[in-house]
Amino acid sequence: MRRVAIIGAGMNKWGELWDSSIRRLFVDAALEAISDAGIENKQIDSMYVGCMSSGLFVGQEHLSSLMADYLGVIPAPVTRVESACCSGGLALRQGFMDVASGMSDVVLVGGVEKMTDIDGAGATYALATAADQEYESFHGVTFPGLYAMIANAHMAKYGTTREQLAMVSVKNHSNGAMNPRAQYPYEISVDQVLSSVMVADPLRILDCSPITDGAAAVILCPLDMVSKFTDKTPVEIVGSGHATDTIALHARKDMTWLEATHRAGMQAYKMAGLEPGDIDIAEVHDCFTIAELCIIEALGFVEKGRSGQAVEAGETRLDGRIPINTSGGLKSKGHPVGATGVAQIVELMDQLRGEAGARQVNNVKRALAQNMGGSGGSTLVHILEVK
Amino acid sequence: MSTAARLKREMPQRYRLEAEKCETCGFIAFPPRALCPECGSKEFGETKLAETGEITTYTVIRVAPDRFTDEAPYAVAIVKLDCGTSLLCQVVDCDLEDVAIGMKVKLEFRMIQAEGEAGLLYYGYKAIPA
Repeated sequence: MRRVAIIGAGMNKWGELWDSSIRRLFVDAALEAISDAGIENKQIDSMYVGCMSSGLFVGQEHLSSLMADYLGVIPAPVTRVESACCSGGLALRQGFMDVASGMSDVVLVGGVEKMTDIDGAGATYALATAADQEYESFHGVTFPGLYAMIANAHMAKYGTTREQLAMVSVKNHSNGAMNPRAQYPYEISVDQVLSSVMVADPLRILDCSPITDGAAAVILCPLDMVSKFTDKTPVEIVGSGHATDTIALHARKDMTWLEATHRAGMQAYKMAGLEPGDIDIAEVHDCFTIAELCIIEALGFVEKGRSGQAVEAGETRLDGRIPINTSGGLKSKGHPVGATGVAQIVELMDQLRGEAGARQVNNVKRALAQNMGGSGGSTLVHILEVK
Repeated sequence: MSTAARLKREMPQRYRLEAEKCETCGFIAFPPRALCPECGSKEFGETKLAETGEITTYTVIRVAPDRFTDEAPYAVAIVKLDCGTSLLCQVVDCDLEDVAIGMKVKLEFRMIQAEGEAGLLYYGYKAIPA
């Protein structure tokens, strides 16, 4: 297996981007990554596009050739991949394997979702297709509802408090306020979270990631070819993990434990020869505040059941023991579902190269990204290291 | 809109709580499966789910999907039935404030959704206080 580097990263400012179509979102992010890597579009050997549901969001499938056409890379092979909200992370893994195997040298990995071309009810429906249609969605449960049930179980089992959930959102907004690409780049308070509209008890609207239009892209190549393209700091993908769990939340033995995240994390640590304590920062899938708590437990950053206390103690803040979601996370940066997993890598590239501006964490050498689908039914974990 | 075929094939499970039991390890498959996820066996016999159980976790849906907006707010729970199988359903016939982890419930046959004014009616199970 060849060693694989990331040599370029690109991302637009996210938000409700009414003037941009899905193709334009993708191409803008891809061109930024291409320029950052110091390559030309014609040098791309193959491309992977993560997208959850362009069919439901904009009535467009067959993204592979649409994006190949508009990025000017025809006849390069392009593959669109889907695994709900971790479609972007999955695209990265496909690109990683493509380069590692020797099949391709220069690979573009992108993610995109255009979510505001339909109304809120349409978007809610599209997102709900990531749950079991016949045995979950059929009964009227929503994604906030599924995570609310995880939250109630976590609170009952470990004594996690409503305030601790709010602190996740407050911390992520505090980081996102320093991210010029974030959809909601401003601070919020615990009181604001606790007085916001209830969506599914105990989760309120400020516990939930928003509906977002956006895209992100990175360029991969073999580590030993980096100097051919760029003199920027090389970053290597040293670990990659991917695991599944039951799609239905009720089929899991412990609803507070994200087994797929745990397994994907362990695979990635093993490949990298690292342990949770070796990781300097992490971007994780905080689609809801409770998700971030369960994830940092499953990845081994805090003990099982202690995540609420860890957040309250400031351990996951920018200046804490293990800064989580320096970008603002899904909550503040936005969550265009297929793009999220790639955007996490864009943030880690900024941090690893020392280009994260006001939100830069000191001396970041090793960083982890965790991207999750549905209520935890699929998860990707990647570990990056500065070379 | 779904076709009637899509509804019909789920009727045994939703109307009558029909399930299958692995003849090797006893795992109850609801809905039925071709392969046992616990032991890999392909041999299943017929069984029915227990109609009573206990709430493991729950929520109250305040922002509902299109077809459920008239019912909101409503409670949804994961119920662990006395046969060991867990499923997700609505909890009705009680105050929302009374729904709690550990609450004893039983399943009843109810209407779940309707496709507008002239479309298909979808039936299934909901939980009520036991």
